[in-house]
Amino acid sequence: MSTIANILAQVEDPADLKAIEAAGSAGFAYGLAAIGPGIGIGYLVGQAVQAMARQPESAGQVQTTMFLGIAFTEALALIGFVVFILLKFV
Amino acid sequence: MMQALIAFAEEVEGGSESPVPFPPPRNLVEWAPIFGEGSTFEFNKIALIAVIAFALPTLIFLFARGGSADNPSKMRIFAEGIVNFVEEKIAKPGIGHGYEPYVPLLTTFFLFIVIGNLFEVIPFFQMPLNARMAAPLILALTAWAMFIAVGLKHHGFKYVKDVIWPPSVENPFMRGFVGFIELFSTFIARPLSHAVRLFANMLAGHILLVTFGVLTIGTFAAIGLSFSGGISAVAWVGSLAGLIAFTGFEVGVSFIQGFVFAILAAVYIGSSLHPAH
Repeated sequence: MSTIANILAQVEDPADLKAIEAAGSAGFAYGLAAIGPGIGIGYLVGQAVQAMARQPESAGQVQTTMFLGIAFTEALALIGFVVFILLKFV
Repeated sequence: MMQALIAFAEEVEGGSESPVPFPPPRNLVEWAPIFGEGSTFEFNKIALIAVIAFALPTLIFLFARGGSADNPSKMRIFAEGIVNFVEEKIAKPGIGHGYEPYVPLLTTFFLFIVIGNLFEVIPFFQMPLNARMAAPLILALTAWAMFIAVGLKHHGFKYVKDVIWPPSVENPFMRGFVGFIELFSTFIARPLSHAVRLFANMLAGHILLVTFGVLTIGTFAAIGLSFSGGISAVAWVGSLAGLIAFTGFEVGVSFIQGFVFAILAAVYIGSSLHPAH
């Protein structure tokens, strides 16, 4: 921990400091954005597998709906990824 | 261990440049023009991929006209397989009855996106078409214009009224509130998330492959270093395995994203065609 404090203390250029803080907050942005969709997709696919195991004849329909649900849930994580790119590189 | 890592970092830092630096992000997605530099018709690798992704399905379906229904040519069987897949797996579940007029549009979406995405893993191209926002944005705006046009054609102004003033909500105060959210989610959030989903997936996959490529080369270059050679050799095997595994993974993602884009377009068109009662 002291190493990071030392590095931060040595930074004099404000642009560098801004870049360091942007890199740190970019990591937080994507990390936080991944929590919800991670839980959501896990739950969704688990339930879909259970549905397919109980009724194998409706597996095709369940699969299509599952992909649809994943697409909606995943959008949040992807927006977090876009925010990460914006913070880090723009 | 910690000492060795710090020494390794200092050796890399001290040498003014790491053996293989991670390329700046602009180099990952921007390509030099092939011809027409500076003009409106500047043509680079992305444009070349877009032209191929447009021309390949066109050629497939032109050649598929050979043979007859009784004695189909191989290309015809292949093309019929694609159309049948789009009909059975995308159009029918997404739109419901009355799906037939929209199958050509959905087939175009599916083929253009899948072929554009597959250039992510094709050697010498290795750039997914949809990792630039232009392609997914135009595709999503096409789907957006399509589902609004379908709603207006089949239900007239009642389509817009049902979105802003949804009849399924009883309480008039709640109805206005839900209508406001629906207005935002249908006409603004839908095309945006539709485009960003495809764009961010492909850009993330592209950066992932670049990361593992750089890791593989960098660890290979570091094997020669005296005290960290052993660690680097292990890391090189891991990076190479990861690169191969994620290349296969990205082929799957290319197909899934094309499928998801097309089925979402189908669901949006279906929700305009048969609004909730």
